[in-house]
Amino acid sequence: MVDITHYLVLSTIVFSIGVVGVLTRRNVIIILMSIELMLNSVNLNLVAFSDRLQDPSGQVFAVFVITVAAAEAAVGLGIIIALFRNKETVNVDEIDLMRG
Amino acid sequence: MEATLFYILATMLVVFAILTVTAANPVRSAVFLISALLCMAGFFFLLEAEFVGAVQILVYVGGIMVLFLFVIMLVSVREVEGQRRANRQWKTALVLGIVLSFELVFFVVQGAEVFSADTIDQQFLNLDSQTRNTETVGGLLYSTYLLPFEIASVLLLVAMIAAVVLTQKRL
Repeated sequence: MVDITHYLVLSTIVFSIGVVGVLTRRNVIIILMSIELMLNSVNLNLVAFSDRLQDPSGQVFAVFVITVAAAEAAVGLGIIIALFRNKETVNVDEIDLMRG
Repeated sequence: MEATLFYILATMLVVFAILTVTAANPVRSAVFLISALLCMAGFFFLLEAEFVGAVQILVYVGGIMVLFLFVIMLVSVREVEGQRRANRQWKTALVLGIVLSFELVFFVVQGAEVFSADTIDQQFLNLDSQTRNTETVGGLLYSTYLLPFEIASVLLLVAMIAAVVLTQKRL
């Protein structure tokens, strides 16, 4: 039986790796993938607490998080395709249409 | 046994997550992310949440990551190859990420006794190990969480329409 603190620390580490990915990378596809990583680390927390409290509600919420992640990925990738068609780049620091 | 499996999976997950974030080629990044998501599904099986683990593999690896690979194929990869991968603020961002990580780990470890086995109220535990995992989750989805379930389906419809509209020729 692994203590739940281990799961929480692991999930924290994966979440921070995702945050660093979002903040440092230039390629917008890899930024979206880092967001998926962050959403998944939250799922690990939900399922770990569901196991700890013997309450399956946590797993239901994990399914909802996966649903939202799927919707987010579909819309995000649609935006990337529209952006690439107009700007011919996927680097976030070259997309500065709103700069004054 | 469970602890050994946990540490093996945890090491693999962290390594694959770091490789996802640092890989130069987006295709490699996607493949590493698939490996990381499979490790995460392994954790779900370890925590006796078989339904979530199966959904994780089906939806993430079978659906979302294939979508990612399609988009990487459409958005040409070869020009991405030679460029620098990090933006100008990467040093600050790295420091901030490490600080955030230590901060969260500190609070989790400080509050560890709240989550430990003997402090959790026994009446909280509704042990019904008779029913199967998928059956339990399905029953909850169609009874207690029926309204969120329907809202999730509307959200998926909205996302589908949005994706179709966004990828049209004239935007």
